[in-house]
Amino acid sequence: MFDWLFVSPAERRLLGASSRRAPTPWVIAIMSFTIMLIAATGLALANTANVLNRAIEARYAIEIPGGSANLDAVLSTVRSMSGVAGAEAVPESDMRKILERWLGPAAQSRELPVPALINFDVRQGANLGAIEQRVEAIAAGARIVAHRDSVAPLMQSLTLLQVVALGLVLLLSAAAAAAVVLAARGALDTHRFTIEVMHGIGATDLQVTHLFQRKIAIDAFIGSVAGGFAAAIVLLLLAGGAAFAGELTGGATLGIDDLLILALLPFLLTALATWVARTAVLRALREAL
Amino acid sequence: MAAVADFDSVGLRYGTGAEVLRDLDFRLRTGAFYFLTGASGAGKTSLLKLLYLAQRPTRGRIRLFGEELSEAPRETLPPFRRRIGVVFQDFRLIRHLSAFDNVALPLRVAGAKDEDVEGPVREMLAWVGLADRASARPPTLSGGEQQRVAIARAVINRPELLVADEPTGNVDADMANRLMGLFTALNRLGTTVVVATHDVGLINATPGAQLIRLENGTLVDPTRSLRNPPNPPRGAA
Repeated sequence: MFDWLFVSPAERRLLGASSRRAPTPWVIAIMSFTIMLIAATGLALANTANVLNRAIEARYAIEIPGGSANLDAVLSTVRSMSGVAGAEAVPESDMRKILERWLGPAAQSRELPVPALINFDVRQGANLGAIEQRVEAIAAGARIVAHRDSVAPLMQSLTLLQVVALGLVLLLSAAAAAAVVLAARGALDTHRFTIEVMHGIGATDLQVTHLFQRKIAIDAFIGSVAGGFAAAIVLLLLAGGAAFAGELTGGATLGIDDLLILALLPFLLTALATWVARTAVLRALREAL
Repeated sequence: MAAVADFDSVGLRYGTGAEVLRDLDFRLRTGAFYFLTGASGAGKTSLLKLLYLAQRPTRGRIRLFGEELSEAPRETLPPFRRRIGVVFQDFRLIRHLSAFDNVALPLRVAGAKDEDVEGPVREMLAWVGLADRASARPPTLSGGEQQRVAIARAVINRPELLVADEPTGNVDADMANRLMGLFTALNRLGTTVVVATHDVGLINATPGAQLIRLENGTLVDPTRSLRNPPNPPRGAA
Protein backbone atom coordinates (compact mmCIF):
# COMPACT_ATOMS: atom_id res chain seq x y z
CA MET A 1 0.00 0.00 0.00
CA PHE A 2 2.81 2.38 0.86
CA ASP A 3 5.45 0.84 -1.42
CA TRP A 4 5.47 4.05 -3.46
CA LEU A 5 7.08 5.77 -0.47
CA PHE A 6 10.14 3.55 -0.64
CA VAL A 7 11.78 4.01 -4.02
CA SER A 8 15.37 3.40 -5.00
CA PRO A 9 17.86 6.28 -5.35
CA ALA A 10 17.76 5.71 -9.12
CA GLU A 11 14.02 6.31 -9.18
CA ARG A 12 14.44 9.40 -7.01
CA ARG A 13 16.94 10.78 -9.53
CA LEU A 14 14.29 10.62 -12.26
CA LEU A 15 12.71 13.87 -11.14
CA GLY A 16 16.08 15.54 -10.63
CA ALA A 17 17.36 17.41 -7.61
CA SER A 18 16.13 20.96 -7.36
CA SER A 19 18.47 23.51 -5.81
CA ARG A 20 15.53 25.07 -3.97
CA ARG A 21 12.28 23.52 -2.89
CA ALA A 22 9.00 24.42 -4.50
CA PRO A 23 6.61 26.59 -2.45
CA THR A 24 4.31 23.64 -1.72
CA PRO A 25 5.63 22.94 1.81
CA TRP A 26 5.27 26.62 2.71
CA VAL A 27 1.70 26.81 1.42
CA ILE A 28 0.78 23.60 3.24
CA ALA A 29 2.49 24.87 6.42
CA ILE A 30 0.43 28.07 6.40
CA MET A 31 -2.75 26.09 5.76
CA SER A 32 -1.91 23.58 8.50
CA PHE A 33 -1.11 26.39 10.97
CA THR A 34 -4.41 28.15 10.27
CA ILE A 35 -6.46 24.96 10.25
CA MET A 36 -5.01 23.94 13.63
CA LEU A 37 -5.82 27.29 15.24
CA ILE A 38 -9.35 27.38 13.85
CA ALA A 39 -9.98 23.77 14.78
CA ALA A 40 -8.69 24.42 18.33
CA THR A 41 -10.99 27.42 18.60
CA GLY A 42 -13.93 25.39 17.35
CA LEU A 43 -13.25 22.57 19.81
CA ALA A 44 -12.84 25.05 22.68
CA LEU A 45 -16.15 26.68 21.76
CA ALA A 46 -17.82 23.28 21.73
CA ASN A 47 -16.43 22.55 25.18
CA THR A 48 -17.57 25.97 26.44
CA ALA A 49 -21.07 25.29 25.14
CA ASN A 50 -21.08 21.89 26.85
CA VAL A 51 -19.92 23.34 30.17
CA LEU A 52 -22.56 26.07 29.97
CA ASN A 53 -25.24 23.64 28.95
CA ARG A 54 -24.46 21.28 31.84
CA ALA A 55 -24.52 24.20 34.29
CA ILE A 56 -27.95 25.48 33.31
CA GLU A 57 -29.84 22.50 31.96
CA ALA A 58 -31.49 21.77 35.35
CA ARG A 59 -31.69 25.36 36.62
CA TYR A 60 -34.91 27.40 36.70
CA ALA A 61 -36.00 30.76 38.11
CA ILE A 62 -39.31 31.80 39.66
CA GLU A 63 -40.28 35.42 39.08
CA ILE A 64 -42.70 36.78 41.70
CA PRO A 65 -44.13 40.08 40.50
CA GLY A 66 -45.36 41.27 43.87
CA GLY A 67 -41.92 41.68 45.34
CA SER A 68 -40.69 39.89 48.45
CA ALA A 69 -44.08 39.66 50.22
CA ASN A 70 -44.61 35.99 49.37
CA LEU A 71 -40.95 35.15 48.89
CA ASP A 72 -40.41 33.06 52.04
CA ALA A 73 -43.63 31.07 51.54
CA VAL A 74 -42.81 30.32 47.92
CA LEU A 75 -39.20 29.43 48.82
CA SER A 76 -40.17 26.96 51.53
CA THR A 77 -42.86 25.40 49.30
CA VAL A 78 -40.42 24.93 46.43
CA ARG A 79 -37.80 23.42 48.74
CA SER A 80 -40.35 20.95 50.09
CA MET A 81 -41.38 19.63 46.70
CA SER A 82 -40.04 16.34 45.38
CA GLY A 83 -37.60 16.61 42.49
CA VAL A 84 -36.16 19.92 43.67
CA ALA A 85 -32.48 19.63 44.43
CA GLY A 86 -32.10 23.08 45.94
CA ALA A 87 -33.56 26.58 45.88
CA GLU A 88 -32.10 29.99 46.73
CA ALA A 89 -33.70 33.41 46.74
CA VAL A 90 -31.79 36.11 44.93
CA PRO A 91 -31.24 38.97 47.43
CA GLU A 92 -33.06 42.16 46.56
CA SER A 93 -29.77 44.05 46.66
CA ASP A 94 -28.44 41.80 43.90
CA MET A 95 -31.55 42.44 41.84
CA ARG A 96 -31.15 46.19 42.24
CA LYS A 97 -27.48 45.93 41.22
CA ILE A 98 -28.54 44.19 38.06
CA LEU A 99 -31.18 46.81 37.34
CA GLU A 100 -28.61 49.55 37.91
CA ARG A 101 -27.02 48.65 34.57
CA TRP A 102 -30.13 49.93 32.81
CA LEU A 103 -31.69 52.37 35.28
CA GLY A 104 -28.65 53.88 36.96
CA PRO A 105 -29.01 55.20 40.54
CA ALA A 106 -32.81 55.10 40.19
CA ALA A 107 -32.60 51.36 40.62
CA GLN A 108 -31.81 51.90 44.31
CA SER A 109 -35.00 53.87 44.86
CA ARG A 110 -37.36 52.22 47.34
CA GLU A 111 -40.25 53.42 45.20
CA LEU A 112 -39.16 51.14 42.41
CA PRO A 113 -40.93 47.79 42.73
CA VAL A 114 -38.44 44.97 42.25
CA PRO A 115 -39.69 41.47 41.47
CA ALA A 116 -38.51 38.73 43.76
CA LEU A 117 -36.51 35.93 42.18
CA ILE A 118 -35.84 32.36 43.31
CA ASN A 119 -33.34 30.13 41.53
CA PHE A 120 -33.84 26.40 41.91
CA ASP A 121 -32.32 23.21 40.51
CA VAL A 122 -34.32 20.11 39.73
CA ARG A 123 -33.45 16.46 39.53
CA GLN A 124 -34.35 14.30 36.57
CA GLY A 125 -38.09 13.57 36.42
CA ALA A 126 -39.16 16.59 38.45
CA ASN A 127 -42.73 17.70 37.75
CA LEU A 128 -42.41 21.35 36.76
CA GLY A 129 -46.15 21.68 36.16
CA ALA A 130 -46.91 20.71 39.77
CA ILE A 131 -44.30 23.15 41.07
CA GLU A 132 -45.76 25.92 38.95
CA GLN A 133 -49.28 25.19 40.24
CA ARG A 134 -48.17 25.31 43.88
CA VAL A 135 -46.24 28.54 43.32
CA GLU A 136 -49.20 30.10 41.48
CA ALA A 137 -51.48 29.19 44.41
CA ILE A 138 -49.24 31.11 46.81
CA ALA A 139 -48.20 34.03 44.59
CA ALA A 140 -50.58 34.85 41.76
CA GLY A 141 -48.79 35.86 38.56
CA ALA A 142 -45.57 34.09 39.49
CA ARG A 143 -43.95 32.24 36.58
CA ILE A 144 -41.18 29.74 36.11
CA VAL A 145 -38.45 30.52 33.55
CA ALA A 146 -35.84 27.98 32.38
CA HIS A 147 -32.32 29.40 32.45
CA ARG A 148 -31.57 27.67 29.16
CA ASP A 149 -34.27 29.80 27.52
CA SER A 150 -32.52 32.93 28.76
CA VAL A 151 -29.16 31.93 27.31
CA ALA A 152 -30.57 30.37 24.13
CA PRO A 153 -29.30 33.23 21.92
CA LEU A 154 -25.80 32.78 23.39
CA MET A 155 -25.93 29.01 22.81
CA GLN A 156 -27.09 29.61 19.26
CA SER A 157 -24.16 31.97 18.72
CA LEU A 158 -21.75 29.37 20.09
CA THR A 159 -23.21 26.71 17.79
CA LEU A 160 -22.99 29.07 14.83
CA LEU A 161 -19.34 29.84 15.65
CA GLN A 162 -18.60 26.11 15.77
CA VAL A 163 -20.21 25.66 12.35
CA VAL A 164 -18.20 28.61 11.03
CA ALA A 165 -15.01 27.06 12.43
CA LEU A 166 -15.81 23.72 10.81
CA GLY A 167 -16.61 25.49 7.54
CA LEU A 168 -13.29 27.35 7.66
CA VAL A 169 -11.40 24.12 8.34
CA LEU A 170 -13.10 22.49 5.33
CA LEU A 171 -12.53 25.59 3.19
CA LEU A 172 -8.84 25.75 4.08
CA SER A 173 -8.49 22.02 3.44
CA ALA A 174 -10.04 22.57 0.01
CA ALA A 175 -7.63 25.47 -0.58
CA ALA A 176 -4.71 23.24 0.42
CA ALA A 177 -5.98 20.58 -1.97
CA ALA A 178 -6.22 23.17 -4.76
CA ALA A 179 -2.64 24.26 -4.02
CA VAL A 180 -1.54 20.65 -4.29
CA VAL A 181 -3.33 20.26 -7.64
CA LEU A 182 -1.50 23.35 -8.93
CA ALA A 183 1.79 22.01 -7.59
CA ALA A 184 1.16 18.64 -9.24
CA ARG A 185 0.34 20.26 -12.57
CA GLY A 186 3.41 22.44 -12.30
CA ALA A 187 5.56 19.40 -11.58
CA LEU A 188 4.02 17.57 -14.55
CA ASP A 189 4.80 20.52 -16.81
CA THR A 190 8.36 20.72 -15.52
CA HIS A 191 8.92 17.01 -16.07
CA ARG A 192 6.79 16.57 -19.20
CA PHE A 193 9.78 15.42 -21.24
CA THR A 194 10.82 12.83 -18.67
CA ILE A 195 7.24 11.54 -18.53
CA GLU A 196 7.07 11.25 -22.33
CA VAL A 197 10.31 9.29 -22.39
CA MET A 198 9.13 7.02 -19.58
CA HIS A 199 5.80 6.39 -21.30
CA GLY A 200 7.65 5.74 -24.54
CA ILE A 201 9.70 2.95 -23.01
CA GLY A 202 6.69 1.33 -21.39
CA ALA A 203 6.24 2.97 -17.98
CA THR A 204 2.69 2.75 -16.69
CA ASP A 205 0.74 5.75 -15.41
CA LEU A 206 1.03 4.31 -11.93
CA GLN A 207 4.84 4.13 -12.12
CA VAL A 208 4.99 7.78 -13.18
CA THR A 209 2.36 8.80 -10.63
CA HIS A 210 4.26 7.20 -7.77
CA LEU A 211 7.24 9.47 -8.40
CA PHE A 212 5.14 12.62 -8.10
CA GLN A 213 2.94 11.25 -5.34
CA ARG A 214 5.96 10.54 -3.18
CA LYS A 215 7.51 13.97 -3.79
CA ILE A 216 4.28 15.81 -2.98
CA ALA A 217 3.56 13.57 0.02
CA ILE A 218 6.97 14.45 1.50
CA ASP A 219 6.45 18.17 0.81
CA ALA A 220 2.96 18.02 2.35
CA PHE A 221 4.20 16.12 5.40
CA ILE A 222 7.02 18.59 6.05
CA GLY A 223 4.66 21.54 5.58
CA SER A 224 1.76 20.23 7.63
CA VAL A 225 3.91 19.06 10.55
CA ALA A 226 5.83 22.36 10.60
CA GLY A 227 2.57 24.34 10.48
CA GLY A 228 1.03 22.14 13.16
CA PHE A 229 4.07 22.55 15.39
CA ALA A 230 3.93 26.34 15.04
CA ALA A 231 0.20 26.29 15.83
CA ALA A 232 0.83 24.17 18.93
CA ILE A 233 3.32 26.77 20.19
CA VAL A 234 0.81 29.56 19.62
CA LEU A 235 -1.91 27.60 21.44
CA LEU A 236 0.40 27.04 24.39
CA LEU A 237 1.23 30.75 24.51
CA LEU A 238 -2.47 31.65 24.31
CA ALA A 239 -3.23 29.27 27.14
CA GLY A 240 -0.75 31.04 29.33
CA GLY A 241 2.04 28.50 29.45
CA ALA A 242 2.67 24.81 29.70
CA ALA A 243 1.03 24.55 33.13
CA PHE A 244 -2.29 25.48 31.57
CA ALA A 245 -1.75 23.59 28.36
CA GLY A 246 -4.94 23.34 26.43
CA GLU A 247 -6.80 26.00 28.34
CA LEU A 248 -8.14 28.79 26.22
CA THR A 249 -9.61 32.08 27.29
CA GLY A 250 -12.87 31.95 29.20
CA GLY A 251 -12.06 28.77 31.00
CA ALA A 252 -12.81 26.61 27.98
CA THR A 253 -10.40 23.72 27.95
CA LEU A 254 -9.21 21.24 25.35
CA GLY A 255 -9.50 17.68 26.53
CA ILE A 256 -7.33 14.72 25.60
CA ASP A 257 -9.74 13.82 22.78
CA ASP A 258 -9.45 17.34 21.39
CA LEU A 259 -5.66 17.28 21.57
CA LEU A 260 -5.64 13.94 19.75
CA ILE A 261 -7.85 15.37 17.02
CA LEU A 262 -5.53 18.37 16.70
CA ALA A 263 -2.46 16.13 16.61
CA LEU A 264 -4.04 14.06 13.83
CA LEU A 265 -4.82 17.08 11.65
CA PRO A 266 -1.33 17.41 10.07
CA PHE A 267 -1.41 13.74 9.15
CA LEU A 268 -4.92 14.03 7.73
CA LEU A 269 -3.78 17.03 5.71
CA THR A 270 -0.80 15.02 4.41
CA ALA A 271 -3.09 12.14 3.48
CA LEU A 272 -5.47 14.53 1.72
CA ALA A 273 -2.61 16.19 -0.22
CA THR A 274 -1.20 12.81 -1.24
CA TRP A 275 -4.55 11.53 -2.45
CA VAL A 276 -5.26 14.76 -4.33
CA ALA A 277 -1.80 14.68 -5.94
CA ARG A 278 -2.24 11.08 -7.02
CA THR A 279 -5.67 11.79 -8.50
CA ALA A 280 -4.52 14.97 -10.26
CA VAL A 281 -1.44 13.30 -11.78
CA LEU A 282 -3.32 10.20 -12.91
CA ARG A 283 -6.01 12.35 -14.49
CA ALA A 284 -3.45 14.52 -16.28
CA LEU A 285 -1.54 11.48 -17.55
CA ARG A 286 -4.69 9.98 -19.01
CA GLU A 287 -4.85 12.92 -21.41
CA ALA A 288 -1.67 11.64 -23.10
CA LEU A 289 -1.55 8.47 -25.20
CA MET B 1 5.91 -16.18 -41.33
CA ALA B 2 4.33 -14.33 -38.40
CA ALA B 3 3.98 -10.58 -38.72
CA VAL B 4 5.29 -8.33 -35.97
CA ALA B 5 3.26 -5.46 -37.44
CA ASP B 6 0.28 -5.51 -39.74
CA PHE B 7 -1.05 -2.26 -41.19
CA ASP B 8 -4.48 -2.37 -42.80
CA SER B 9 -5.59 0.74 -44.75
CA VAL B 10 -3.98 2.97 -42.17
CA GLY B 11 -4.24 6.75 -42.42
CA LEU B 12 -2.97 9.46 -40.09
CA ARG B 13 -3.70 13.13 -39.82
CA TYR B 14 -2.74 15.63 -37.14
CA GLY B 15 -5.69 17.68 -35.95
CA THR B 16 -7.79 18.89 -38.86
CA GLY B 17 -4.91 18.98 -41.36
CA ALA B 18 -4.49 16.83 -44.43
CA GLU B 19 -3.52 13.19 -44.02
CA VAL B 20 0.22 12.79 -43.61
CA LEU B 21 -0.07 9.03 -44.12
CA ARG B 22 -2.60 7.42 -46.47
CA ASP B 23 -3.74 3.90 -47.19
CA LEU B 24 -0.77 2.14 -45.61
CA ASP B 25 -1.25 -1.54 -46.15
CA PHE B 26 1.70 -3.77 -45.28
CA ARG B 27 3.15 -6.34 -42.93
CA LEU B 28 6.50 -6.43 -41.19
CA ARG B 29 7.66 -9.98 -40.81
CA THR B 30 9.07 -11.12 -37.50
CA GLY B 31 12.84 -11.21 -37.61
CA ALA B 32 13.18 -9.17 -40.80
CA PHE B 33 15.32 -6.05 -41.34
CA TYR B 34 13.74 -3.02 -42.98
CA PHE B 35 15.01 0.32 -44.13
CA LEU B 36 12.45 3.11 -44.32
CA THR B 37 13.37 5.82 -46.81
CA GLY B 38 11.75 8.81 -48.36
CA ALA B 39 12.24 12.50 -48.79
CA SER B 40 11.94 14.85 -45.82
CA GLY B 41 8.26 15.29 -45.00
CA ALA B 42 7.27 12.03 -46.68
CA GLY B 43 5.93 10.72 -43.35
CA LYS B 44 8.77 8.49 -42.12
CA THR B 45 8.73 9.79 -38.54
CA SER B 46 4.91 9.61 -38.45
CA LEU B 47 5.02 6.00 -39.60
CA LEU B 48 7.61 5.20 -36.95
CA LYS B 49 5.38 6.86 -34.31
CA LEU B 50 2.57 4.53 -35.30
CA LEU B 51 4.97 1.61 -34.97
CA TYR B 52 6.20 2.51 -31.51
CA LEU B 53 2.70 3.37 -30.27
CA ALA B 54 3.27 7.08 -29.77
CA GLN B 55 0.37 7.84 -32.10
CA ARG B 56 -2.92 6.21 -32.97
CA PRO B 57 -4.03 5.98 -36.60
CA THR B 58 -6.97 8.18 -37.54
CA ARG B 59 -8.28 5.36 -39.73
CA GLY B 60 -7.47 1.78 -40.51
CA ARG B 61 -6.15 -0.91 -38.20
CA ILE B 62 -2.74 -1.77 -36.80
CA ARG B 63 -1.87 -5.12 -35.28
CA LEU B 64 1.36 -5.35 -33.30
CA PHE B 65 2.68 -8.64 -31.97
CA GLY B 66 -0.57 -10.20 -33.12
CA GLU B 67 -2.79 -7.82 -31.13
CA GLU B 68 -5.12 -5.21 -32.54
CA LEU B 69 -3.90 -2.01 -30.89
CA SER B 70 -5.41 0.82 -32.96
CA GLU B 71 -8.15 1.39 -30.43
CA ALA B 72 -6.79 -0.53 -27.49
CA PRO B 73 -7.26 1.18 -24.10
CA ARG B 74 -4.16 3.20 -23.26
CA GLU B 75 -3.51 1.28 -20.04
CA THR B 76 -2.96 -1.88 -22.10
CA LEU B 77 -0.17 -0.30 -24.17
CA PRO B 78 2.85 -0.21 -21.75
CA PRO B 79 3.56 -3.97 -21.96
CA PHE B 80 3.70 -3.68 -25.77
CA ARG B 81 5.93 -0.60 -25.61
CA ARG B 82 8.40 -2.57 -23.48
CA ARG B 83 8.79 -4.98 -26.39
CA ILE B 84 9.82 -2.12 -28.66
CA GLY B 85 13.16 -0.31 -28.63
CA VAL B 86 13.20 3.19 -30.09
CA VAL B 87 16.11 5.36 -31.22
CA PHE B 88 14.76 8.85 -31.62
CA GLN B 89 16.11 11.33 -34.13
CA ASP B 90 16.58 13.89 -31.35
CA PHE B 91 17.89 11.18 -28.94
CA ARG B 92 15.34 12.05 -26.22
CA LEU B 93 17.80 11.54 -23.40
CA ILE B 94 16.85 12.80 -19.95
CA ARG B 95 19.25 15.68 -19.34
CA HIS B 96 19.57 15.41 -15.57
CA LEU B 97 20.31 11.67 -15.63
CA SER B 98 23.74 10.20 -16.27
CA ALA B 99 24.41 8.14 -19.37
CA PHE B 100 24.27 5.08 -17.10
CA ASP B 101 20.83 5.98 -15.72
CA ASN B 102 19.50 6.82 -19.19
CA VAL B 103 20.55 3.42 -20.51
CA ALA B 104 19.25 1.67 -17.38
CA LEU B 105 15.81 3.28 -17.62
CA PRO B 106 14.05 0.59 -19.71
CA LEU B 107 15.33 -2.13 -17.36
CA ARG B 108 14.13 -0.24 -14.30
CA VAL B 109 10.76 0.51 -15.86
CA ALA B 110 10.45 -3.21 -16.57
CA GLY B 111 11.04 -3.85 -12.88
CA ALA B 112 14.67 -5.03 -12.86
CA LYS B 113 16.45 -4.83 -9.51
CA ASP B 114 19.51 -2.60 -9.13
CA GLU B 115 21.87 -5.60 -8.96
CA ASP B 116 20.48 -6.85 -12.27
CA VAL B 117 20.95 -3.50 -13.94
CA GLU B 118 24.60 -2.71 -13.26
CA GLY B 119 26.22 -5.45 -15.38
CA PRO B 120 24.14 -5.22 -18.56
CA VAL B 121 24.29 -1.42 -18.62
CA ARG B 122 28.10 -1.32 -18.16
CA GLU B 123 28.42 -3.93 -20.88
CA MET B 124 26.19 -2.00 -23.25
CA LEU B 125 28.00 1.28 -22.60
CA ALA B 126 31.29 -0.45 -23.26
CA TRP B 127 29.95 -1.82 -26.50
CA VAL B 128 28.99 1.63 -27.78
CA GLY B 129 32.38 2.95 -26.65
CA LEU B 130 31.17 4.97 -23.69
CA ALA B 131 32.41 2.90 -20.76
CA ASP B 132 34.35 5.86 -19.39
CA ARG B 133 31.43 8.27 -19.85
CA ALA B 134 28.89 6.37 -17.74
CA SER B 135 28.47 9.14 -15.21
CA ALA B 136 28.42 11.97 -17.77
CA ARG B 137 25.14 13.77 -18.33
CA PRO B 138 23.80 14.30 -21.86
CA PRO B 139 24.58 18.05 -22.05
CA THR B 140 28.26 17.23 -21.54
CA LEU B 141 28.26 14.59 -24.29
CA SER B 142 28.84 15.26 -27.98
CA GLY B 143 26.04 14.63 -30.48
CA GLY B 144 27.57 11.31 -31.48
CA GLU B 145 27.98 10.22 -27.88
CA GLN B 146 24.37 11.13 -27.13
CA GLN B 147 23.24 9.11 -30.11
CA ARG B 148 25.17 6.09 -28.89
CA VAL B 149 23.59 6.43 -25.43
CA ALA B 150 20.18 6.59 -27.11
CA ILE B 151 20.93 3.44 -29.09
CA ALA B 152 22.22 1.65 -25.99
CA ARG B 153 18.98 2.56 -24.20
CA ALA B 154 16.89 1.29 -27.12
CA VAL B 155 18.52 -2.13 -27.25
CA ILE B 156 19.36 -2.76 -23.57
CA ASN B 157 16.34 -5.00 -22.96
CA ARG B 158 16.63 -6.94 -26.23
CA PRO B 159 13.42 -5.62 -27.84
CA GLU B 160 11.39 -7.72 -30.26
CA LEU B 161 10.99 -4.70 -32.51
CA LEU B 162 13.68 -2.05 -32.88
CA VAL B 163 12.67 1.24 -34.48
CA ALA B 164 15.41 3.75 -35.27
CA ASP B 165 14.99 7.20 -36.76
CA GLU B 166 18.22 8.26 -38.49
CA PRO B 167 20.34 6.38 -35.95
CA THR B 168 23.66 7.08 -37.65
CA GLY B 169 23.09 10.71 -38.47
CA ASN B 170 25.54 12.06 -35.90
CA VAL B 171 28.26 9.43 -35.80
CA ASP B 172 31.32 8.87 -37.96
CA ALA B 173 31.48 6.10 -40.54
CA ASP B 174 33.31 3.72 -38.25
CA MET B 175 30.78 4.11 -35.44
CA ALA B 176 27.94 3.91 -37.97
CA ASN B 177 29.24 0.53 -39.08
CA ARG B 178 29.57 -0.66 -35.49
CA LEU B 179 26.04 0.44 -34.70
CA MET B 180 24.68 -1.24 -37.79
CA GLY B 181 26.63 -4.31 -36.72
CA LEU B 182 24.78 -4.19 -33.41
CA PHE B 183 21.43 -3.85 -35.19
CA THR B 184 22.31 -6.73 -37.47
CA ALA B 185 23.36 -8.87 -34.51
CA LEU B 186 20.08 -8.13 -32.76
CA ASN B 187 18.26 -8.94 -35.96
CA ARG B 188 20.00 -12.30 -36.15
CA LEU B 189 18.78 -12.99 -32.61
CA GLY B 190 15.21 -12.46 -33.85
CA THR B 191 14.61 -8.76 -33.37
CA THR B 192 12.69 -7.11 -36.18
CA VAL B 193 14.54 -3.92 -37.13
CA VAL B 194 13.12 -0.87 -38.85
CA VAL B 195 15.65 1.90 -39.60
CA ALA B 196 14.62 5.19 -41.14
CA THR B 197 17.56 6.63 -43.04
CA HIS B 198 18.68 8.66 -46.02
CA ASP B 199 22.03 6.91 -46.05
CA VAL B 200 22.17 4.85 -49.24
CA GLY B 201 25.58 3.49 -48.26
CA LEU B 202 24.10 2.08 -45.09
CA ILE B 203 21.30 0.41 -47.03
CA ASN B 204 23.71 -1.08 -49.53
CA ALA B 205 25.94 -2.34 -46.72
CA THR B 206 23.11 -4.37 -45.21
CA PRO B 207 22.39 -7.25 -47.55
CA GLY B 208 19.05 -8.92 -47.14
CA ALA B 209 17.36 -5.83 -45.72
CA GLN B 210 14.08 -4.83 -47.30
CA LEU B 211 13.20 -1.36 -48.37
CA ILE B 212 10.10 0.61 -47.52
CA ARG B 213 9.82 3.85 -49.39
CA LEU B 214 7.35 6.59 -48.52
CA GLU B 215 6.32 9.28 -50.97
CA ASN B 216 3.86 11.95 -49.85
CA GLY B 217 2.48 9.71 -47.13
CA THR B 218 1.92 6.64 -49.28
CA LEU B 219 3.93 3.49 -49.57
CA VAL B 220 6.18 2.63 -52.48
CA ASP B 221 7.49 -0.88 -52.32
CA PRO B 222 10.52 -1.56 -54.48
CA THR B 223 11.02 -5.06 -53.12
CA ARG B 224 7.32 -5.91 -53.40
CA SER B 225 7.66 -7.96 -50.26
CA LEU B 226 5.60 -5.83 -47.93
CA ARG B 227 2.11 -6.12 -49.29
CA ASN B 228 -0.22 -8.63 -47.79
CA PRO B 229 -0.39 -11.66 -49.99
CA PRO B 230 -3.86 -12.29 -51.40
CA ASN B 231 -3.68 -15.75 -49.82
CA PRO B 232 -3.80 -16.66 -47.04
CA PRO B 233 -6.56 -14.21 -46.09
CA ARG B 234 -5.93 -11.35 -43.69
CA GLY B 235 -5.67 -12.48 -40.15
CA ALA B 236 -3.78 -15.64 -40.95
CA ALA B 237 -0.19 -15.58 -39.79
